[in-house]
Amino acid sequence: MREEIIVRVGAKVLAPFIIMFALYVHFHGDYSPGGGFQAGVILAAAFALLALVYGLEEVQRVLPPWFVRGCAALGVVIFAGVGVVTMLLGHNYLAYNALAPDPTHPEHGQHYGILLVELGVLVTVFGVMATVFYLFAGRKGQAP
Amino acid sequence: MEQTVTVLSWALLLGGAFFLLTGSLGMVRLPDVFTRMHAAGMTDTMGAGMIVVGLAVYNGADLVTVRLLLILAFLWFTSPIATHAVAKAALSGGLRPYTLGGVGAAADGGGGARDDGAESAEGGVPS
Repeated sequence: MREEIIVRVGAKVLAPFIIMFALYVHFHGDYSPGGGFQAGVILAAAFALLALVYGLEEVQRVLPPWFVRGCAALGVVIFAGVGVVTMLLGHNYLAYNALAPDPTHPEHGQHYGILLVELGVLVTVFGVMATVFYLFAGRKGQAP
Repeated sequence: MEQTVTVLSWALLLGGAFFLLTGSLGMVRLPDVFTRMHAAGMTDTMGAGMIVVGLAVYNGADLVTVRLLLILAFLWFTSPIATHAVAKAALSGGLRPYTLGGVGAAADGGGGARDDGAESAEGGVPS
């Protein structure tokens, strides 16, 4: 695959659009089908495409394995941290109403809360998917 | 006006369905990887293209139509690349295009299309 100019250029052109589509799926997730899980998978798929075309080493220079493992943990921290922040603001754990910028409309906090929690899901799913891909793609030894 | 839009979109949708049907028929019936890939490529460009354009015509001019046209643009961008990659992989994997005499297909044992009835009827060479 290293000599394939058409595939290489195509993957390079498409990858930013795939990453942007992942963000669209995340931020539009409460109006249309989508959400953090799908967005994380799409984001990981963009890097899997690049790794398929350019080789695993090239992608791991940009996105080293320790970083994606860290992402898998960081997402859980974001998810749980939103709950801790709401507790610090004097509400129950993950009571999104506490996040509303305008206290007279506490229901607006639901929007921010869900977006932040889904961001945690996105980061975790991206980390786990990329880690699984790295483990499978980086296996040494002869093919069966 | 309303009727024109409806008739036009239905014509496009039915045309797309016709190309999808033809393409799937070709995927089953054609003798080897390369000709089958030709059928699959036509499914993507004409079939999906006409269906998406038909949906856009039916929907009218708004944001959903913009998204449909974006889908079409990415489909027409990615599908030829994927077909090209599969064709190059098949070629470098040792498959030779099937020719009328059956020479190319028979030379390497017809790796991709061995289970096809059409090939064994016409070009199956007892080696």
